[in-house]
Amino acid sequence: MSLAAKDSRQAWGLLAPALVWTAAFFVLPFLGMVALSFANMEGRDIVRGFDPGNYARIFTDTVMLGALRNSLEITVVVTVISVVLAYPLAAIIAFRVPARWQRLALMMAVLPFWTSYVVRSYSWLLVLGQNGVVNKALLGLGLIAEPLQIASTRTATVIGFVHFFVMLLTLTIYANLIQLSPNYARAAQDLGASRWQTFAHVILPLTLPGVVTGAFLTFVLSIGDYITPQILGGNTELTLPQLIMLQLGRSGNFPLASALSVVLMAVVTLAYFASSRWLRLDRV
Amino acid sequence: MIRMLSWAYLVLAYAFIFLPVAVLVAFSFQNGRLPVPPFKGVTLDWYGKVLGNDDLTAALLNSFLVAVVSSLVALILGFLAAHALARVRLPGSALMRGVLIAPMTVSTLIIALGLLNLFTLTGVRLSLWATGIGHVVINLPLCFAIPYAAMGDHQRNAERAARDLGAPEWKVLTLISAPMLAAPLAAAFFLSVTFSWDEFIIAFLLTRFDVTLPVEIWSMLKSGLSPATNAVGSLVFLVSVTLVILLELTVFRKRP
Amino acid sequence: MTAAVSISNVSQRYGQATALTQVSLEIEAGEFVVLLGPSGCGKTTLLNLIGGFTEPTEGHILIGTRDMAGVAPKDRPTTTVFQDYALFPHMTLRDNVAFGLRMRGMDRAKRSAKAEAMLALVGLEGRGDRRPHELSGGQRQRVALARALAVEPDVLLLDEPLGALDLKLRRQMQGELKAIQRRVGTTFVHVTHDQEEAMAIADRIVVMNAGRIEHVAPPREVYLQPKTLFTASFMGEINRIPVQGGNAPFGPVPAPDGTLCIRPEALSPHGSLRIGLCRIDDAAFFGTHIRAHVSPLTAPDLRLVVHLPQSQPVEPGRVLDLGAETYVVLTE
Repeated sequence: MSLAAKDSRQAWGLLAPALVWTAAFFVLPFLGMVALSFANMEGRDIVRGFDPGNYARIFTDTVMLGALRNSLEITVVVTVISVVLAYPLAAIIAFRVPARWQRLALMMAVLPFWTSYVVRSYSWLLVLGQNGVVNKALLGLGLIAEPLQIASTRTATVIGFVHFFVMLLTLTIYANLIQLSPNYARAAQDLGASRWQTFAHVILPLTLPGVVTGAFLTFVLSIGDYITPQILGGNTELTLPQLIMLQLGRSGNFPLASALSVVLMAVVTLAYFASSRWLRLDRV
Repeated sequence: MIRMLSWAYLVLAYAFIFLPVAVLVAFSFQNGRLPVPPFKGVTLDWYGKVLGNDDLTAALLNSFLVAVVSSLVALILGFLAAHALARVRLPGSALMRGVLIAPMTVSTLIIALGLLNLFTLTGVRLSLWATGIGHVVINLPLCFAIPYAAMGDHQRNAERAARDLGAPEWKVLTLISAPMLAAPLAAAFFLSVTFSWDEFIIAFLLTRFDVTLPVEIWSMLKSGLSPATNAVGSLVFLVSVTLVILLELTVFRKRP
Repeated sequence: MTAAVSISNVSQRYGQATALTQVSLEIEAGEFVVLLGPSGCGKTTLLNLIGGFTEPTEGHILIGTRDMAGVAPKDRPTTTVFQDYALFPHMTLRDNVAFGLRMRGMDRAKRSAKAEAMLALVGLEGRGDRRPHELSGGQRQRVALARALAVEPDVLLLDEPLGALDLKLRRQMQGELKAIQRRVGTTFVHVTHDQEEAMAIADRIVVMNAGRIEHVAPPREVYLQPKTLFTASFMGEINRIPVQGGNAPFGPVPAPDGTLCIRPEALSPHGSLRIGLCRIDDAAFFGTHIRAHVSPLTAPDLRLVVHLPQSQPVEPGRVLDLGAETYVVLTE
């Protein structure tokens, strides 16, 4: 056997466990889910077959269409706000904070990342709730007469998400910014660019792959999240994941839950293709 | 002017980021039944209650067990795969990288649902093990991508030298590759542990009885706001932050 | 477009560390000046001060007749060719070269035409649509040069622009750099640690060491009549022989005290300053010459390096009668 052949056999051997695991517990279940999405419920029993009825229902039922729209709207708003807030924060840490304090500044900026995800949403409830810190403060200052209804609204969901993803994006954008050779900015300014021109023509395009990758992760993670909308948004404006969990819990309607998941997956795939030109997923 | 605005922005950003955590920790000491203003004085009662709660301590142990074991499995699988793909040009290696990274782009809810279907169909009992399998799936991309990105020419040359000096492949892996990649491997492992430790939906759907900490906290939430939940949250935060600082001071010290 | 640069009493400190101490230098308009020295000697700091990337702690820099204090890089009549080139990877070569013109508000058609002309000047005509990653190191270097020259600066600053190239390419680029400078007439200030590069391209060399200027002169003078021991050794291999009371170990020398410096190639059978009979210790063939170690019979402890013609028989133990053609005696 040639050396190259021996090498590649050995490589396959090392690859096999990871590939088998991913195939068995990721690809296979996903295909199973797609198959199940074409099944039907009769009473509490699942009847397998090839019936696109679940999909027809999703795209005609106002509740389900509404959930799809809510999810999309919330996710897009969250992604945009998070990027817009995180970029300046990352840039300030990378370019304004003295080098020896940067690691500390960055660590501080993402410290609440390390609280439990469930607890973080709950904490926002304490801040935004009817008797929460914000309302008590505004009432105390006499700025409002009645407590604001923030919790159990879409606004609360968006705030909770933005809090989490600003931290995540600050990390990824910072990592991108400090990788850039400082000579790019110096070259631009040397050739007559203003601060703003340097940013718009040089720094932003060069960090775009990192920004898009972070934005894509934000999109994927927020559109698929159940906890934040469930705790902060309540049950008035359901999102797709909430609807999926409802199908599982209330009626045990696995086929419909599967079909909804496939739709969710399709949305993420569309987002993937929309951003794939700049995505660097293996460089996160 | 711009300088002033920068610092103002930094302060506001930190205020926003720390606001919920500050409120959480502050009201964990609330001497009253509700963790909202007004603040009625300091007590450690809620911590006492939480630490004396057997369900919580059991959930904590479960979470720890699942996090460590699933992260170890993911790390080993990911490292071996990264090593293979970084070393040898195989047909379709771009596709395989894609497959290994794919779970990162899929919502955990979908992974959980798929596994729930699979386990129900094949009659696998829902348990901590089932949750662990799911956590390996979500952490494998990370444990593959981080070491893979760190493997460069420097690494390949050292491995080649070791093979040239007669080391068998498993010795190359354990004596050369792994120690050279200690920092990225530690980073991948630590991130995996955090994600698994904090993961809710897979644990919620795939475990019936031996629940993990996030699921236990979730069930605490159902009975409404309580300083006890604040106390649990603060403890989790304290432990995580201690770990982060320890790691920062040890493993990541050498990196610029 | 060209201008003189006048640097007077410039010092630069970073906290406790001093990068430059009381540096003064007059550069004429259209001159090709090379700042030469080991790493950490302050040459790059001086270049950054001219370019405006740092402000001097003390002293003044004038370009033409204008004081540059408080003038930002973008408002200075200087541009820089960076060591890593800093070509913008997301732009075509044309857009890279036209960037400075775009920032000055020139319309697209005009600046594209100018960019193509600049690319032609550096030998890359018709490649405007390529991107930097498609180029070799030498080509990138040319694009960086074209980009910096496109805005017609009075002074072009080059920060070790050839450092990343291999030796052969570097020698070729040196020639081109010199030719381009002659054509455009811009003042070039070029930083390098390679003394051969400095001699190949400079009108004048500024030898720097530990934040000070050691010697400013044309290459020939810096090499043959170095003012300091540092310059003498930095410009190339040299024999340093102690002189006391008008005597070197091998005999009398026309200077009372100091260090006699003789380049290895200045030693030959015909030199005017006689060293006397020397025994060959060892020798190696270097292609253009033979490099040998010899010891004068009158001073067997003294070891001299000498370059001999290829035809010279050099077996160890053979005795040659040598003298130095050019030499300096430095007192410091």
